[in-house]
Amino acid sequence: MNPALQDLGDYITGALPEAALDATQDHDELILLCPAEHVARLLTFLRDDASCLFKQLTAICGADYPERAERFDVVYNLLSFRHNQRIRVKVRAGEDTVVPSVAAVFSAAGWYEREVWDLYGVMFDGNPDLRRILTDYGFDGHPLRKDFPLTGFVEVRYDEEQKRVVYEPVKLTQQFRSFDFMSPWEGANYILPGDEKAEDAEMPGVAKKSGG
Amino acid sequence: MAQTEIKNLTINFGPQHPAAHGVLRLVLEMDGEVVERADPHIGLLHRGTEKLIEYKTYLQAVPYFDRLDYVSPMCQEHAFALATEKLLGIEVPERGQYIRVLFSEITRLLNHLLNISAYALDVGAMTPLLWWFEEREKLMEFYERVSGARLHSAYFRPGGVARDMPAGIGDDILAFCDSFPKMIDDVESLLTENRIFKQRTVDIGIATAEQAMDWGFSGPMLRASGVPWDLRKSQPYDVYEKMDFDVPIGKNGDCYDRYLVRIEEMRQSLRIMRQSLEQMPDGPVRTTDRKVSPPPRAEMKRSMEALIHHFKLYTEGYHVPEGETYTAVEAPKGEFGVYLVSDGSNKPYRCYIRAPGYAFLQATDFLGKGHMLADVVAIVGSMDIVFGEIDR
Repeated sequence: MNPALQDLGDYITGALPEAALDATQDHDELILLCPAEHVARLLTFLRDDASCLFKQLTAICGADYPERAERFDVVYNLLSFRHNQRIRVKVRAGEDTVVPSVAAVFSAAGWYEREVWDLYGVMFDGNPDLRRILTDYGFDGHPLRKDFPLTGFVEVRYDEEQKRVVYEPVKLTQQFRSFDFMSPWEGANYILPGDEKAEDAEMPGVAKKSGG
Repeated sequence: MAQTEIKNLTINFGPQHPAAHGVLRLVLEMDGEVVERADPHIGLLHRGTEKLIEYKTYLQAVPYFDRLDYVSPMCQEHAFALATEKLLGIEVPERGQYIRVLFSEITRLLNHLLNISAYALDVGAMTPLLWWFEEREKLMEFYERVSGARLHSAYFRPGGVARDMPAGIGDDILAFCDSFPKMIDDVESLLTENRIFKQRTVDIGIATAEQAMDWGFSGPMLRASGVPWDLRKSQPYDVYEKMDFDVPIGKNGDCYDRYLVRIEEMRQSLRIMRQSLEQMPDGPVRTTDRKVSPPPRAEMKRSMEALIHHFKLYTEGYHVPEGETYTAVEAPKGEFGVYLVSDGSNKPYRCYIRAPGYAFLQATDFLGKGHMLADVVAIVGSMDIVFGEIDR
């Protein structure tokens, strides 16, 4: 725990209690949690307040936690040149949440929001140009979501007869293998073939084994 | 007189244009020869690096970083290695840190040599490219001698570097440091006071300090606008705090200042390389924690424990404790950051890559507005664009 960061976190949560819900630290980096509707206000405060002066938005990125109700994190990384300090603002968003755009606060936000929209499907309200950015023209889906397969759904090739590039469903000559290196003694959560029988046939005197 | 309809012309620049530095497609709205609006279309080199890394162990993720910005590979490995080390909570032995600083600076030279000479080619000077590619070849030989590969080295790894430097390379690098300043002077004599070069670059694509901060600029682009900010000085990593070097800044934030800043950075890099070679201690080059770094080959032949460690490290990899970090290094192009989230398993849960060029390219529109079409080429050249890192 870094006391200087703790002070800064307390100061921000004190100044904007409804926008900065919580200030935590991870590896000496300050993280603020912010509800979606207040993000533009909080970022404006962080940019202009004399003890913050986070003049640069270094990046906005997404992260996907499918087991959560609001599955996405939108993470804003800010940098203060004056105080030589970094801060991270996290906004939680569901699939239907519309996050207000901060493109009016930081010009750099425009493309970063486009990227989060493209890769995760988080919508931003007020972004002047919310098109896809990294994926192909006419791409379907949001590839960095955890439920999007690594191999994707379509593949492209040049068709000699039609004289153009055609899209086809992905055909793998070898099945994609995702190896599980988890040791059975360290909490592997897979079910071995035959494990389901243990549920059906409960033998008296034998302790019931949970899968794995 | 009959009224005439005036319509802006939209032209398509790239994606296969030699001055586009890769696969940039620029849609330019022109009023005669003046650019009204520039809309860069990126993503033509998108390979899904971030997605792939989520399916690889931490060690297997290292080579992907070489392939992002393929003219400065080691600096990007550096960012990933530092982020992973932070989550693991391990220290790199001092010699390993010095080797990393030395090769980060060699990488900076490699990058600036390519950027300045290709930039000169864009605005009409061919000779610097021919001269400096020979120097690049010498530097890539140093790469090859330490890692076995000229480009995609995979040399900086979490815990240190892959192996120690071969005997005699230090003297050769020092010899290079002695002979190289003359090559900088030669190219400077061709460009710095050259009338044509100055006409193409001075007052072109100006970004003020406020604009540069607002648009997320970093590295030479930010310093050319007069902001004295260098992560090697302000947030030093490895042994940069023991190095004595200056951070050059520009005054006007135009294309010419960016060129001057990069030229001076090369001279400073040589100073750092000399110091790190002089101060470099003996000792191990990577952490001796056998849960993270593999045992020496000889030990594996005798020790069963070492063999098990080796096998586990190259199949399962190491588990990284839960947590997250944003770690950035001063890559030659600017701030290269890695936002790494670990869920406690042997693979990164999320690895976001912050590429400096992404922010620069976004600013093409405001930098190029009101300039001529040919100036857009100069602006894109001065940004030091490499598509590997932008499209990821």
